[in-house]
Amino acid sequence: MPSLKDLRNRIASVKATQKITKAMQMVAAAKLRRAQEAAVAARPYSERMGAVLANIAASTAGSPDASPLLAGTGKSDVHLLVVCTGERGLAGAFNSSIARLARDHARRLKAEGKTVKIFTVGRKGYDSLRREFPNEIVENVSFRSVKQISYSEARSVARRVLEMFGAGEFDVATLFFSHFQSVIAQIPTAQQIIPAELPTAATVNAEAALYEYEPSEEDILADLLPRNIAIQIFHALLENAASFYGAQMSAMDNATRNAGDMINRLSLSYNRQRQAQITKELIEIISGAEAL
Amino acid sequence: MADGLKFDLVSPERLLFSEIVESVVVPGTEGYLTVLANHAPLMTTLRPGVIEIKAQSGTVTRFFVGGGLVDINASGLTILADEAMGAEQMTSDYLSERIRVSREDADNTGIDYITRTTARQRVSDLEDVQRWILPA
Repeated sequence: MPSLKDLRNRIASVKATQKITKAMQMVAAAKLRRAQEAAVAARPYSERMGAVLANIAASTAGSPDASPLLAGTGKSDVHLLVVCTGERGLAGAFNSSIARLARDHARRLKAEGKTVKIFTVGRKGYDSLRREFPNEIVENVSFRSVKQISYSEARSVARRVLEMFGAGEFDVATLFFSHFQSVIAQIPTAQQIIPAELPTAATVNAEAALYEYEPSEEDILADLLPRNIAIQIFHALLENAASFYGAQMSAMDNATRNAGDMINRLSLSYNRQRQAQITKELIEIISGAEAL
Repeated sequence: MADGLKFDLVSPERLLFSEIVESVVVPGTEGYLTVLANHAPLMTTLRPGVIEIKAQSGTVTRFFVGGGLVDINASGLTILADEAMGAEQMTSDYLSERIRVSREDADNTGIDYITRTTARQRVSDLEDVQRWILPA
């Protein structure tokens, strides 16, 4: 049975923890708003890029010298998994659920006899994957010092991926990130980026045929495809940032509530004990007086 | 002018400019072109340079773009820029840094020929911007 003094100290320390988690929740909420704004602001570009790409790809479809970025290398022996996670923890299951999805994917591919290579973006993914796949991780970047993800980070990742693809180091690349659905729901997602999965252009309208291209369609496509990789990675990083703060916010909200419950329980037993002590003293006094 | 040109300038990070304007001068890969309303549908890539927007009131706004894609269709002109900023925010230091990075690529024999050629082209385009366009 802890003494009254112990209980008092315990309550004080839980209160201090609660203050910290509460503050972290509020910081995460503010950052979440900013991350969401960034994700929304990036949407027009990627939407239009997708539309333009689908148009051109549809009109050059079937040409024998299609870019390998679009048509693939014809094999699917070596898979590259680009795993984007957060730099920090304390965000509930955010990092582990992305890592789990990537791990399951990697295991399945290995069972099929494929070669797996892993490119981790973010420290947490690296930490949790390196135990099981020490030899598969070929690259690891982390943006610890970066406050707000900008396009140049995405471009540097894309560049590395394209260099590896150019050197024939893999056939298929898949991007893993967490799709931000709402503050309480973040869905870990796998998206194939090489060869590109384009939205099948149902809207290959007559207008597209009227376009004049300068330089040729093939040249524009060749210019656009690498850029599209960077855009998709950028999109994933932004979604991830928003998901991360969303997950952190709800994790910290839970922590604050748990601390509250704990304080209630501790206060109750503190008060009980105090009352018990008072009662005990009274009994002593009364029985002492009666003995006289 | 009865009908203007609907013009959107989009960078990966945000929508920078969206207005009805008089005309826009665009640094296309195969030369500068001026886009007015009802331009024929055209798609071209951009070289690093400065776009000049003439508003319907006649005032001129300039943006630096670091390459991208131009899409002209019936609904207007859309520029998808890799990187874009107001020309007044553009400093010579920043440009020098960009030139240095591109030059590294151009001299990097580890990467393939096409990338190197485009990097070399970018260096010369950026130098043009620095030498002729920026002081204006």
